[in-house]
Amino acid sequence: MKLSGAQILIECLRREGVKVVFGYPGGVNLPIFDVLYDEKEIEFILCRHEQGGGHMAEGYARATGKPGVLLVTSGPGATNTVTAIVDAYMDSTPMVIITGQVPTHLIGNDAFQEADVVGITRPCTKYNMLVKDVNDLAQALKEAFYIAASGRPGPVLVDLPKDVLLAKTEFKYPETVSVRSYSPILKGNRWQIKQAAEEISKARKPVIYAGGGVLHSGAWQELLDLAEMTHIPVTLTVMGLGAFPGQHPLFLGMLGMHGTYCANMAMHDADLIIAVGSRFDDRVTGKTSLFAPNARIVHIDIDPTSIHKNIKVHVPIVGDVKIVLRELNTILRTSGVGSMTPFREWIDQIAGWKREHPLSYNQGDSLLKPQYVIEKIYEMTHGNAIVTTDVGQHQMWAAQYYMFNRPRTFINSGGLGTMGYGLPAAIGAQMANRDSLVVCIAGDGSVVMNIQELATAVAYNLQVKVAIINNKYLGMVRQWQQLFYNGRYSSSFMGDSPDFVKLSEAFGAVGLRATKVGEVEGVLEEAFRVTTPVVIDFQVDPYENCYPMIPAGAGHNEMVFEDPENIGKKSPVKEEAAEGVLTA
Amino acid sequence: MQHIISVLVENKFGVLARVSGLFSGRGFNIDSLSVGPTLDPTTSMMTIVTAGDDRIIEQITKQLNKLVDVIRVVDLTDKEYVERETALIKIHAQDEDRGEALRIADIFRARIVDSTPNTYTIEITGDSKKIGAILNLLKPLGIKEFICTGRIAIAREEARVAAVREEGAPASVKDRRSSLA
Repeated sequence: MKLSGAQILIECLRREGVKVVFGYPGGVNLPIFDVLYDEKEIEFILCRHEQGGGHMAEGYARATGKPGVLLVTSGPGATNTVTAIVDAYMDSTPMVIITGQVPTHLIGNDAFQEADVVGITRPCTKYNMLVKDVNDLAQALKEAFYIAASGRPGPVLVDLPKDVLLAKTEFKYPETVSVRSYSPILKGNRWQIKQAAEEISKARKPVIYAGGGVLHSGAWQELLDLAEMTHIPVTLTVMGLGAFPGQHPLFLGMLGMHGTYCANMAMHDADLIIAVGSRFDDRVTGKTSLFAPNARIVHIDIDPTSIHKNIKVHVPIVGDVKIVLRELNTILRTSGVGSMTPFREWIDQIAGWKREHPLSYNQGDSLLKPQYVIEKIYEMTHGNAIVTTDVGQHQMWAAQYYMFNRPRTFINSGGLGTMGYGLPAAIGAQMANRDSLVVCIAGDGSVVMNIQELATAVAYNLQVKVAIINNKYLGMVRQWQQLFYNGRYSSSFMGDSPDFVKLSEAFGAVGLRATKVGEVEGVLEEAFRVTTPVVIDFQVDPYENCYPMIPAGAGHNEMVFEDPENIGKKSPVKEEAAEGVLTA
Repeated sequence: MQHIISVLVENKFGVLARVSGLFSGRGFNIDSLSVGPTLDPTTSMMTIVTAGDDRIIEQITKQLNKLVDVIRVVDLTDKEYVERETALIKIHAQDEDRGEALRIADIFRARIVDSTPNTYTIEITGDSKKIGAILNLLKPLGIKEFICTGRIAIAREEARVAAVREEGAPASVKDRRSSLA
């Protein structure tokens, strides 16, 4: 039987096991929507802005590990998704974006709603393609899903001209796929893995530094095995949170710019760093010339370009984290290294750092502190919620104060730092887990960037709970202006508009507000009780800063803590920091 | 340090943009880039001349390999290889300069491919040094136009290295292809 391009597309999505598609209709992709009208297996979620739809697909992908699917029209529909595509590219989120395109005979003619989407997204997709012949469509889609989800995952875009969607052909589904120029290396080099085991057996001050790769590869059990067998403490990147239990005695917390003191000091002092599915991002390393001066470094990553990119490593292992860790664990176990005694002195030293500078804040009696709100959310959800965030101070506080015990429960924009990510990502995560509690910890600046998606949440009754940490400022910008620009708060004040309670109600969601410590529990109880989307406006201390902090361009051992006055006057890092600000 | 890298790619539209976009997006330099078909119509061969320290070159080759449409990347710099480029040089040539131009062309085994009463167009093939040298000699005559293909390169066959190494040495028919490359 002959099928149209649009029918082939939907049939292919079905065979890929796609359950949910996010997106927005428009002129040239109408043939697809006409097919979707009768579709029973695939649920379509109509976003209110294509960027929101993109983050929904990301949220879905991050919660499930499967590619999120986004379907939009040509021109503005496609260009609106670019931020979400770059975001997915930076955070290695598997995603397939289907964009409509003007009919092939109009391509290049500046037709209505035409944009060179393949050209625009070339540098920010793992792969993209324009399908000009309906006979190539099924193969293209098969390759798109394969490339998006395999190796280091990422977004793949398929651009479909309207005439290709309408043209009919005999449908043949390609059962297998192979791309001759693309074959990710999965199995690590055995000799190198042995070298890594050797390094571990010699180390006195080892630390495991793991990232999002552990989650993508599904290697949390292997990571736990490695840490428990060797007694090596673990720190996670913001992308890795949830890959190791947040309450585990070997867990040091997040590292990097707003990481814990003990995690950063452990990295600085380590004689062996085992980097697992992480990429030595500048927010993690600080100044690279000061990074871990005494450490041997083992780096396990599926992407060869991640290795030696920022930091020279001693034992590079290219491969899938799960496969490599399994092999490493086996070698360690059989060679007896696995039964080695804990690194007593090292663990004691780390415990000392923990005591010296634990994460801390002072709630006091007056203004509500953001950290308190997040601790309460953690407490009342027993660490079992799926948490998404926007970008800024609240994101870092969420990373610090919410202890993630399960993988794929912390979903945030790590690489690109996209404000407005949290709410749509929460909607995507909720679609993946209809019965789970999904909490979006948002900023008052960020949330407005995609607030229209509240309508989506209401329309599909996705019961996301949005906790806005409202400090009336672009808090992280304000903090940097306070610390590095002499308190000149240029364009960082947001003020009282909008009234988030009224705004939520206008969307048909429940709006709640808390301004005092005593109100926090009550509104959270109410929010978790009702079965609708809820927005809570937590009005917090506008001048609370996010600490500890490694100023941009400083080293891990140059963290600053509670006292902002000192930074301007005494801190040796000030000049370097200011320099870093310019380059950061 | 300058490196010369051979990149075998899928012969699809957009591949050149992917490769050149990779260089511009990551701040790598391209000194020259030439693309041409191979014996297999589904692939093309690019020769990229670039410069950078070891870390940058490592990133360049890895990033190229990471592109889905790239089939194979070979950094020829550390190997035995032959490189060539072809230049077309249009010069002013009148009166006694015409004889001088012919003599220079002869020294370099270059060919005259177009001639008018006032100009010659000279075709020359060789490595960059040879082209630089003939340019130097032709300059006093007055160069009207100059165009160059950019470098292409091919690795020498290991077993034949000795036989082919001497430029201009008589080559057997079997070796002809590599010695002419």
